[in-house]
Amino acid sequence: MPKLTIDGKEVEAGADLNLIQAAELAGIEIPHYCYHPGLTIVGNCRMCLVEIEKAPKLQIACNTRVAEGMVVHTKSDKAKTAQKAVLEFLLINHPIDCPVCDQAGECKLQDYYMDYDQQPSRFPLPEKNHKGKAIDIGSGVMLDQERCILCARCTRFFDEVTKTSELAIFERGDHNRIDINPGQPVNNKYAGNVVDICPVGALTEKEFRFRMRVWYLHRTASVCGGCERGCAIDIHHHRGRIYRFKPRFNPGVNSYWMCDEGRHSFPALQNETRLTSPLVQSKDQLVSEPWGEGIRRAASIIADYKRTYGANSIAAVIDATSTNEEAFALKQLMKTAIGSDRIATLSWSPPGASGDDDLLIRANKNPNARGLAALAIPADGLDGLAAAVASGELKMLIAMRADLVRAFGEEEFVRRFGALDYMLVLSADANETCQMANQVWPIAAYPEIDGSFTNFKGRVQRINAAFPPPGAALAGIEAIARLGHALDGVDRPSSANAVFASMAAAEPAFKGLSLAALGEHGADLAS
Amino acid sequence: MERILTRWLDIPDLRKLDVYAGNGGYKALRKALFEMKPEEIINEVKNSNLRGRGGAAFPTGVKWSFIPKDSKKPVYLCCNADESEPGTFANRYEIEFDPHCIIEGIAIACRAVGAHTAYTYLRGEFTVQKRILDAAIAEAYANNYLGKNILGSGFDLEVFTHRGAGAYICGEETGLLESLEGKRAYPRNRPPFPAIQGAFGCPTVVNNIETLSNVPHIINRGADWYKSIGPEKSPGPKLFCLSGHVNKPGLYELPMGFPLKDLIYDVGGGILDGKALKGVIPGGSSFPIFTAEEAVKVNMDFDSVRAAGSLMGTAGVMVMHEDTCMVDALKTIAHFYHHESCGQCTPCREGCGWIEKLLIELEAGRGKMEDLKTLVDAATNMEGNTICVLADSLSMPVKSFVPKYRDEFEAHIKLGRCPFKTSSAQQAA
Repeated sequence: MPKLTIDGKEVEAGADLNLIQAAELAGIEIPHYCYHPGLTIVGNCRMCLVEIEKAPKLQIACNTRVAEGMVVHTKSDKAKTAQKAVLEFLLINHPIDCPVCDQAGECKLQDYYMDYDQQPSRFPLPEKNHKGKAIDIGSGVMLDQERCILCARCTRFFDEVTKTSELAIFERGDHNRIDINPGQPVNNKYAGNVVDICPVGALTEKEFRFRMRVWYLHRTASVCGGCERGCAIDIHHHRGRIYRFKPRFNPGVNSYWMCDEGRHSFPALQNETRLTSPLVQSKDQLVSEPWGEGIRRAASIIADYKRTYGANSIAAVIDATSTNEEAFALKQLMKTAIGSDRIATLSWSPPGASGDDDLLIRANKNPNARGLAALAIPADGLDGLAAAVASGELKMLIAMRADLVRAFGEEEFVRRFGALDYMLVLSADANETCQMANQVWPIAAYPEIDGSFTNFKGRVQRINAAFPPPGAALAGIEAIARLGHALDGVDRPSSANAVFASMAAAEPAFKGLSLAALGEHGADLAS
Repeated sequence: MERILTRWLDIPDLRKLDVYAGNGGYKALRKALFEMKPEEIINEVKNSNLRGRGGAAFPTGVKWSFIPKDSKKPVYLCCNADESEPGTFANRYEIEFDPHCIIEGIAIACRAVGAHTAYTYLRGEFTVQKRILDAAIAEAYANNYLGKNILGSGFDLEVFTHRGAGAYICGEETGLLESLEGKRAYPRNRPPFPAIQGAFGCPTVVNNIETLSNVPHIINRGADWYKSIGPEKSPGPKLFCLSGHVNKPGLYELPMGFPLKDLIYDVGGGILDGKALKGVIPGGSSFPIFTAEEAVKVNMDFDSVRAAGSLMGTAGVMVMHEDTCMVDALKTIAHFYHHESCGQCTPCREGCGWIEKLLIELEAGRGKMEDLKTLVDAATNMEGNTICVLADSLSMPVKSFVPKYRDEFEAHIKLGRCPFKTSSAQQAA
């Protein structure tokens, strides 16, 4: 690997790296706007100009590959003058409307102005060029042409990643503007990514605009639960509410991107139907009860059925949106505390959901279908359970996140499972299946828990609790542990780390993995 | 002096193939096809010290030698006829009066670099010139100077003409290539250079029309003959486009190294109305201006003009006499570059407009003394920091006009109006 010197630091960097990347290895930031590692290099912003010894003039770091013996200065007088000058040029026709701009707080113009410029404007405000403001270009993206610095990240995204070319640069010189072709609004399932990569406030998200100042947002690393791809994301939240999902770089899963369907999937995770208390059926109505009573009630009913009809009169159904830890904990509960081998996966996607495409979107909308399969929970076990209900062998069902009524339709659900005696439902939402249940336990949605999902390629990625679940809702594994203890008096692990560790010990597919060691990019299943 | 590039003045109807061929035309092509190896053509042109006439003055033979010899991809030649530098009007005459010389130059260059396809990129306004060139190309095809198996040599060459849509930046060689490919003419980052990755991702030579017009003469008469015209390092006949306040503006063929003083006062018939000379831009509007004192000492070849502090560029010599308002002149130049900046690179996109706006204010008498510093600062910050040299093309005039005619700039500020205009004219403006 070539050795070079950047700002006096010796750096060893792969020969295919550019100077921005090499400097990053040495902990040195070279400011840039147009350069994005997921896009081709255009070198138009000129922010990354650096001084290279023996080169006659400043060079752009983004388009300069590392070379043996290269000596680079990013903070020399010449480089600093150029950085300052580029910022002065960029701000000439910029409206400087930070107080009303949604990008404020995460704007590279603001950041770099503080880091590299800090000089008063020499350009009179009334002479600024005016362009289009608040243009709805389609797919939930708003365009402000005056704030745009014409770095062409958005046009390159549509040219190179989705290959649809909805955006282009029109006009010439300082009248240049990003725009759609006349009468052809953006209609793209990945449009939100252009908002993410826009370094300034030119492209903003319609749904997010004016909802929250970004400096109040906390970020929690997670995984999108929208489909079996499992795009790495950051959950941006404030005081227990999610304001947006942003893609997080994961080379083996989603690169820098995510789809709009996943991006906009969070409102369903925090709607008004969230369950906040354990419920029990009483006179055809679900009424609240404390966890203690609920657990005792369920445990005694399970014990009754076991005694009267045998352990296999009790079965569990787990939805493929559950975490690996939830699935393993439930599987263990069925095996050790109940003694039943009846467990099945519910894996379904709503009718009309988008199909597989060439980029990220998968037709299977379950983030952990592969994980449940890896735990050998049969994906086709539901027909067997229905048959057992019909033959009278199966009396009680524990449904984990499984909205059977919605998945089958009410009529089909009643035909298959109507003859059940007792149903315990663990759910985040008060869905239709809860209405049919004898007992309902409120559990956390995935942004509220630690754990992991396994994507369709077998990549196990970690999710983290952004904030606690609402009301009395518990993490799924905690509810399972409590029920287990009530059944057999054994203490079961209720932390994700501990459940994962038992899973790694017991399940060949997870052998050698640990939740903590998954890191930000995850790890592949052992088998 | 013998006319070489402007033989059409001596030979009527030279644009017709029979006249051209009857006057030694396509003899050089035969020589290049049958008597010379490609390497020998390149060496002959290298030895002639022919330097690119498009403005950058790069040695043509050296440029040709950059084309990989064993390229697995096709090699292209692009003939740059986007002539768009203000004050430059040589290529249009060459196309109109001697198109076969260009075609012959193209064919020889293609033979030298192993190209079997050549594109001639004409500026959008060259509608008539395209018709003339197309007609000449058709004649050349009909007589097998182009096409398959040229003159039985086994060498194939297809020549296409392509007209731009009217943008200065299309004359920049990589902007030209982008435009040729049907894209927005945004100049490209180098490396990769066109010789490695040019048109359609293939090795490409881009040569100016006037450069290629020299090639048949070099092949016919040899490098030593060529070097005997003008200074050895910057030799050859040169087309000078003389414009501005002279009595006889126009296109003149003169040897390289011709004194600028003689060009203005002798060839050009002196300054209009017998007035005094104030300044000369020697190479089209993109370069530093010479004051009258500087101008009369300069010889017009690439190296002498550079040594004197400017660049010869396209040899578009623009003469300004004593009544010229230099603030207004610079404003006009700035307007052009503001209008023509492609807007790709930040410093040029924003800087050109900024400079024009400052000059509008200064010329109108609304400027402040600190604006002069801002003007030079902006120009300095643009220079050398962009993908192509359009930013430098405004930076250089600004950085020469302001110090050289500083008293005029200051007079505008102090008077609160343009000293060259009466107050009523000022109001009308």
